[in-house]
Amino acid sequence: MALTPQDVGRIAHLARLELSAAEEAAMLQQIGGFFGIVERMSAVDTGGVEPLYTPLSAVQAVALRLRDDVVTEGDERAANQRSAPLVEDGLFLVPKVIE
Amino acid sequence: MSALLIRGYEVVIGLETHAQLSTASKIFSGAATAFGAEPNTQACAVDLALPGTLPVMNRGAVERAIRFGLAVGATIAPLSIFARKNYFYPDLPKGYQISQYEIPVVQGGRVDFLLGEQKKSVRLTRAHLEEDAGKSLHEDYHGQSGIDLNRAGTPLLEIVSEPDMRGSAEAVAYARALHTLVVWLAICDGNMQEGSFRCDANVSVRKPGAPLGTRREIKNLNSFRFLQQAIDFEIQWQIDRLEDGLAIEQATVLFNPDTGETRAMRSKEDAQDYRYFPDPDLPPLVIAPDWVARVQGDMPELPAVMAARLQRDDALPADDAAMMTQSLPFARFYEATRDACGQPKLAANWLMGEVSKRLNAAGLSIEAAPVSPAQLAALIARVVDGTVSNNGARQVFEALWSGDGSEVDALIEAKGLKQMNDSGALAAIVAEVIAANAKSVDEYRAGKDKAFNALVGQVMKASRGKANPAQASELLKKALG
Amino acid sequence: MSGGLTDAGVAELARRLRAREVSAQELAQAFGQRIEAQAALGAFLARDEALTLEQARAADARLAAGDAAPLLGVPIAHKDIFVTRGWPTTAGSKMLQGYQSPFDATVVQRLAEAGCVTLGKLNCDEFAMGSANENSAYGPVRNPWDRGRVPGGSSGGTAAAVAARLLPAATGTDTGGSIRQPASFCGVTGIKPTYGVCSRYGMVAFASSLDQAGVMARSAEDCALLLSAMSGFDARDATSAQRPPQDYAQAMRTARQGAAAGKPLQGLRIGLPQEFFPAALAADVGGAVRAALAELQKLGATLVDVSLPRTELSIPVYYIIAPAEASSNLSRFDGVKFGFRAAEYADLLDMYKKTRAQGFGAEVKRRIMIGTYVLSHGYYDAYYLQAQKLRRMIADDFQACFERCDLIAGPVAPSVAWALGQQRDPLQDYLADIFTLPASLAGLPGMSVPAGFAASAGSGGLPVGLQLIGNYFQEGALLHAAHALQQATDWHLKEPPGSLRSPPPEGVSAAWERPGAAEEPTL
Repeated sequence: MALTPQDVGRIAHLARLELSAAEEAAMLQQIGGFFGIVERMSAVDTGGVEPLYTPLSAVQAVALRLRDDVVTEGDERAANQRSAPLVEDGLFLVPKVIE
Repeated sequence: MSALLIRGYEVVIGLETHAQLSTASKIFSGAATAFGAEPNTQACAVDLALPGTLPVMNRGAVERAIRFGLAVGATIAPLSIFARKNYFYPDLPKGYQISQYEIPVVQGGRVDFLLGEQKKSVRLTRAHLEEDAGKSLHEDYHGQSGIDLNRAGTPLLEIVSEPDMRGSAEAVAYARALHTLVVWLAICDGNMQEGSFRCDANVSVRKPGAPLGTRREIKNLNSFRFLQQAIDFEIQWQIDRLEDGLAIEQATVLFNPDTGETRAMRSKEDAQDYRYFPDPDLPPLVIAPDWVARVQGDMPELPAVMAARLQRDDALPADDAAMMTQSLPFARFYEATRDACGQPKLAANWLMGEVSKRLNAAGLSIEAAPVSPAQLAALIARVVDGTVSNNGARQVFEALWSGDGSEVDALIEAKGLKQMNDSGALAAIVAEVIAANAKSVDEYRAGKDKAFNALVGQVMKASRGKANPAQASELLKKALG
Repeated sequence: MSGGLTDAGVAELARRLRAREVSAQELAQAFGQRIEAQAALGAFLARDEALTLEQARAADARLAAGDAAPLLGVPIAHKDIFVTRGWPTTAGSKMLQGYQSPFDATVVQRLAEAGCVTLGKLNCDEFAMGSANENSAYGPVRNPWDRGRVPGGSSGGTAAAVAARLLPAATGTDTGGSIRQPASFCGVTGIKPTYGVCSRYGMVAFASSLDQAGVMARSAEDCALLLSAMSGFDARDATSAQRPPQDYAQAMRTARQGAAAGKPLQGLRIGLPQEFFPAALAADVGGAVRAALAELQKLGATLVDVSLPRTELSIPVYYIIAPAEASSNLSRFDGVKFGFRAAEYADLLDMYKKTRAQGFGAEVKRRIMIGTYVLSHGYYDAYYLQAQKLRRMIADDFQACFERCDLIAGPVAPSVAWALGQQRDPLQDYLADIFTLPASLAGLPGMSVPAGFAASAGSGGLPVGLQLIGNYFQEGALLHAAHALQQATDWHLKEPPGSLRSPPPEGVSAAWERPGAAEEPTL
């Protein structure tokens, strides 16, 4: 399946990446090339095969481990916001959010 | 389905309800869920999605989902999957929301409720666990928005109904029944002002028999009144468009309580592509049968079941039974009162009358009522044994409520409300009244019943209200032969 | 400063420390000086002399108090993908320039508790995406064996630092070969344990179902010592394996049943997947690997032919799954809560797009694009789901092999380290991962063990690694075999031949002073 420039634009927007014309062209060429080898994968019959979402489930049943409902974390705001780009009154500031 | 039509159109409504689960800690972190803390003081490293952090699932949230599933007769999935819903929004710290997509924990089920006299039933599609987002504060920070992530990671149960509702009243009745249920089950505090229980309404209209119309989704309705107003406005808006020959486009809209109108959300304009995929940080959620059995074991009697029992065993009318089961504390208050006085109907009357009147006036919930079931029961007992009249009982209740006293008999004494049951003294009064009202006596003997009532009135007057009217008329009749 | 100190490995240094022949502070200073002298290698991204010495003093105090923790006072460093409270954490990305984590990664915390002294943070490919360490926003790392060549990636700083004797051991991470391949390129010993053995808490996530922490050192024994300290169940990672703590050094030393003197590997069946020895395999590499296999035979091992028929398919499978997970894991880098934000933007959407465009490097953007695409509406089943199904088939192929053998062996990479600064087609690098991807997809433990050096004119003297792959949780068996090999050979003891003093080879001078060679979109 051939990747179009429209695809690249749509994906870049979904991924919130501003790409220069040069980058878009490079992406089109490189990702297109990559999907060349992907086609081999598509040809394989995987009927009846369960996806392997987490490696160990290849040999054992893996179940989600649950934690008890207890509060273990206190107020670490100062430390947690130390590397924040823009903070005021303990709030992270961003360009106006329009709902 | 009811044939209720609006301007010749059938309305089709489905609700997606977000119930915040009443856990102490968040769904994937050990941060507190308490409402109203200083901004970002309850957003820990995991909630903020700081690099290197990972989610660990809260057992309490799963347990609450199981409780709900059992309460609505749903299937509890033995294995369910957490998936990532990917989109960018400032109140979504990871750039994805951990939710359930293809395999939710609760599958199917139904909610039964009364719409006026009518029994209604709405089928549930599913209920799944997910994390709440933070909040964007739109107060102006020099043209910017402030992001508070305290709410991020609060556990939510999203309850999705089938499009079974045919009007705003039915939608509201369903939402109320659902609200009663989740609070009754103690899985959600039900506080709508704080956003603990919010509804999204999917609304469409069609000509009867026509295929489903295009739906518009009204987001985040956090009061039953707004739910009703928003749906009513949306119905008219859609019908107007169709009548003008215009098409309805699928959209996500917001309700503005000030204008009473709905408008499309700008942030949802570009078609969403959430790129769901199973979260590789969270293996499948496995719920063993014995866990489900344990939860089933400590389920409370459900409101619908209890209401049926009260109609059957206490001979209460359906409406009374529904009122008595409006909440678990209310039902407990009723049963305690009933057990102490053995008078189901009177207990229900007092709770629906004096008690509810005062609770509503003071904006209190039943837990905060200053009068205890024991006190109310003692009062009812004194009315039944004739010690005090209904009138007097209301005065005693007033005193109990305002704290002027706590002991029913003492209050009756103190206020001199005890009815005169000493037939000797009453007989004397009756004799005096007959002697002093020869005219009325003659009229009565001439067959005028009104005259008799006048005589009873005289007796009550002479006894300064303490006479038991029944006893008084009985003695009069005897005396007058 | 005596070269003897910095030439010694973990076990030896720990012994000298416990014997009080040397202090942790002396060691920290000795290695510190060596790191400064070799700054041109580009191995380190962050150092903090004062903090390091403070840790060394604490270790000395514990030693004085008779504390006999096995790693007490041993200096190490961490790949800059592990978050640390003391040092900034960049993940090799401009996106996290100067980022200060409020907590330590579990692996970092455990090694600190074991008494390790931290020398700093090591360079790596941006968000661990790369196989040459040329995708670091902070400049390339040079291969100590030939400064004109790449050290491999993504744990390039780790491999180069260990090879150049800048420290005796260091942590790394392996998602598709990021420990094994640089270990091979730099001639050091590296192990990536079974998925779930080391906690991922505090590792900046690349591909969550593949990422696994590990270690590089100059011997299997030293790897075993660190792995024992850094591994084990962690409640903060829902994918962490619930197992009792393991003593890998003990497992490494435990003799095989029926093993005779001189034949420590008696009865060990080593499977050779035919797909790991294609015609295209560089003669240099094939030769070295076969020589190492011959040594293993001498030690009693028997070689069995096996097959991993989907080895080639592991490339598309991996390069769909890893970018898909990465595209989601990297969404948190949006300029809101931490790290880089573009200086100028029109509105929220523009802030997102410019921040991510300026903060991420070319390879990271490429993988975000691939991952976003394969997950997007209408493509999920054909790509992501299909890849995850093939992933199970690949894992099943391994189980079929392990019916017939105890370990699997082959080359780590099809070639030796290539020249730094060439503008390689990214696809070329993806294809070069062919031998490390299968074990990564299956979540199996793998090692790279020095297997001698390339002989040909072009790449003469460059190290070659032998890859060993074990079944789930068979790290002990891997280390045992590697240790036996290293008791019988001295490839792992070889020091880069004076390359630390030699100028860069002809033709690569251009690449010398080009930090962030991968910043512009490369072809």
